[in-house]
Amino acid sequence: MKNTERYDRRSFLKSSALAGGGLMLSFSWFTKAEAATKLAAGISEKWYELTGYIKITPENVIKILCPNPEFGQNVMTSLPMIVAEELDVDWKNVVVEMGPHDNVKLGPQFTGGSNSVRMYWKPLRIAGASARQMLVEAAAQAWGVPAAEIHTKAGVLSHKNGKSAKYGEMAEKAATIAVPKEVKTKAVKDFSIISKSKKNAEGLKIVTGKPLFGIDYQVDGMLIAMVQHPPAFGMKLKSFDGSQALKMPGIKDVFSFKLYDEGFEQGGFDTRTFNEMIAVVGNSTWEVMNARKKLKAQWEPAGDIKDTITGRDGKREVTVPGRLETTAKQFEMMAEFAQKPARQLRKDGDPEAAFKNAAKIIERVYNAPFLAHNTMEPMNFFAHVQEDKALVAGPIQAPGWMEPTLAKILNMPADKIEIQMTRMGGGFGRRAYGQYVYEAARISQKVKAPVKLMYTREDDMTYGIYRPMYTATYRAALDARNNLIGFHVIGGGIPESPIHANRFPAGAIDNYLAEAWEIPTNITIGAFRAPRSNFNAAAEQSFLDEVAEAMGKDPIEFRLELLKRAKTNPVGKNNEYDADRYAGVLELVKEKSGWGKVENNKYSRGVAAYFCHNSYAAHVVDMVTRDGEPYVEKVTSAMDCGIVINPDAAANMVQGAVVDGIGNAFYGEMTFKDGVPAHNNLNTYRIIRHNEAPKKIDVHFVQNEIDPTGLGEPPFPPVFGAVANALYKNTGKRYYNQPFTAEQPTI
Amino acid sequence: MAKYNLNVNGKTRSVEVDASTPVLWVLRDHLQLTGTKYGCGIAMCGACTIHLNGTAVRSCQLPVSSVGKQEITTIEGLSEKANHPVQKAWIEHDVAQCGYCQSGQIMTAAALLRDNPNPSDEDIEATMSGNICRCGTYLRIKDAIKTASKK
Repeated sequence: MKNTERYDRRSFLKSSALAGGGLMLSFSWFTKAEAATKLAAGISEKWYELTGYIKITPENVIKILCPNPEFGQNVMTSLPMIVAEELDVDWKNVVVEMGPHDNVKLGPQFTGGSNSVRMYWKPLRIAGASARQMLVEAAAQAWGVPAAEIHTKAGVLSHKNGKSAKYGEMAEKAATIAVPKEVKTKAVKDFSIISKSKKNAEGLKIVTGKPLFGIDYQVDGMLIAMVQHPPAFGMKLKSFDGSQALKMPGIKDVFSFKLYDEGFEQGGFDTRTFNEMIAVVGNSTWEVMNARKKLKAQWEPAGDIKDTITGRDGKREVTVPGRLETTAKQFEMMAEFAQKPARQLRKDGDPEAAFKNAAKIIERVYNAPFLAHNTMEPMNFFAHVQEDKALVAGPIQAPGWMEPTLAKILNMPADKIEIQMTRMGGGFGRRAYGQYVYEAARISQKVKAPVKLMYTREDDMTYGIYRPMYTATYRAALDARNNLIGFHVIGGGIPESPIHANRFPAGAIDNYLAEAWEIPTNITIGAFRAPRSNFNAAAEQSFLDEVAEAMGKDPIEFRLELLKRAKTNPVGKNNEYDADRYAGVLELVKEKSGWGKVENNKYSRGVAAYFCHNSYAAHVVDMVTRDGEPYVEKVTSAMDCGIVINPDAAANMVQGAVVDGIGNAFYGEMTFKDGVPAHNNLNTYRIIRHNEAPKKIDVHFVQNEIDPTGLGEPPFPPVFGAVANALYKNTGKRYYNQPFTAEQPTI
Repeated sequence: MAKYNLNVNGKTRSVEVDASTPVLWVLRDHLQLTGTKYGCGIAMCGACTIHLNGTAVRSCQLPVSSVGKQEITTIEGLSEKANHPVQKAWIEHDVAQCGYCQSGQIMTAAALLRDNPNPSDEDIEATMSGNICRCGTYLRIKDAIKTASKK
């Protein structure tokens, strides 16, 4: 399982061909609602492998492996659909299974950055088409006819002389044929599976409560473990007495352990929140929970810590400050840093002169808090570490990133470590960081037994990898005729800046300046559904709404004018977005929402659009006053993610992102007092509920034949901006501070 | 530790656990019925919803000692062949994203329809608001409940 970085389809096809042709044993559950019930009974265990992704039995059962971890973005359906399309089989006869962790055979196997469909689109089409061609070649040899004369349809090979065979009949022979050097993939117009809605491959298992998730993982003799981490960021373990906990029923062991050894070089996704914790290990969850309460631990300030991090930018030393942070003080620090000279990210024209000569300057400050991911399934992982090998299994977005670290901390070659990917009860970025995987492995190694590490909700929420705290000041310069002549954004955060300097409206304004700054912290942060964009879209799209109003323009027309400029005569270089596609979602949402139509005057309407993770999104939010409170009743969404693989599931994803966006915009907030998270469970950390969700979310896709891009993240960020703009219409007040239930500044 | 004979999905199941053990952990750790999910442990999210004599309850707050002879039904026992109208409607509307909360959503919805076969939107919202879906599938849940109510 080497070489996770460079992904060469030739190498994986070749190696899978070498591995193919043999007898494959499978003990797995079949995983597709339609096919599973029909096919589960009475089939042989002979699987002939064609490319790394496809296995066929002589009885013509066709199994497609999903390479990427599933956390609700429905890749276990959409990725196999791509293979099935090019393989030319009937979707009804396909069973789907999560693949093993094998980066050589199955590519990068990383769920994040809305990348699954985008990065697997070509490899999976080629894999499907290659397998189809190998089956054709097998039939050609068997029948003594030219391969070019063989036709395939719905898993059947046929020749004009009357001969025909199901794929299963040719699978054994096909598995011995070399993977073709070149294959032809279908034209978009010939697709019969892609762009036709298919039900969730695991839908039946979900509604019947089958064990799918990491937390459901059980083996004989398995122990349950929990860790006790320090009560505050910036604290560390001083000493502890575990004797009372150890006396509790069902408890096997209580000990402290270190996550990383002295001098450990962290990879970019290792993260170290607390390095030393106390483990309580016992027979059952309830017993361990109760025993943990009997721990007597002393904690002390950790002081400044030096870490060595080996990331994309090479090896660097970082100092993690030891101060115990409090939210009010963090706001003061951010306000102070916002006034200091910052790092220039991009400059077009002469912004200083534009602001000096402006007839009017609009300046607004936007703030957003830390957010906890709160995946419904708290962090957990199974580990069974033995002398010469290890098995770890559970919910993880990027197993390939965890593997090198596991090898280091277990002092074991990577090829002796098997990682199994379970379905994840949500991810949202949180499960790209695997410290809980290492904790499980450390604990199993110590107690010499299979162990499932469990976080309680409280552990999960107070030992987070949070969305950072951000602030940005936006400034617009208008001339005497109300033309936008200058634009300036300076953004920072704890501990990173949110600013994407080369995104819209960069490229559309002659004089433009983007600057950034950062304040380091000991509060661990990481990716949260559309990192940085989830703040920028809120701030920038709110600000543009206010600028449009000051200019006396319709907010959609104003954006379209800027985009026209960006297309016809773009300012500067490296503009990241396609102005046509950006305008396309705005035009579509304008049409579908009935923007400007009298019958919609009953709503307080807000619009926003954004580009991130290679896709384009626009929303119109329709707000009403319900029981004296603003309530989003309806949302119209327009998306451009190229070809839509599974339209109904794609609409589900956008609807979910809209609900998530509304919830986090109104309620999402994690604060700290002296390093202690202010919320530790769902009684005070508010997540949007049924009665707070809109009654209707209409999702529309731009129809085109562009290679598909992702959908998990792009619809999320502009929801915040559209909600803020609707709130302004509803209340007459601008909303600058998230969550919007918090106090707002008076401008 | 004490021995309890529980009526779970129509069968008698014996467990030896501490009296305070929540039914959630009895089901998950001792009876290998992992369809019932842990989400918060304080009855705020609804992931652990089961039926006790047909009524939806949060199993994380239900000590095993309080169950007695009452009938426990879990997602695994809701129907024999995945053919409860709510399960079928969930498939028809392709509700799930990550799927983790859906056992609890389905159990709450099934109990709602038993008591109120034709719920209004407001009835659905009032009953279902105790069940969090972090993926935000609320609209499809509502549509699925309406579909199931017609069957």
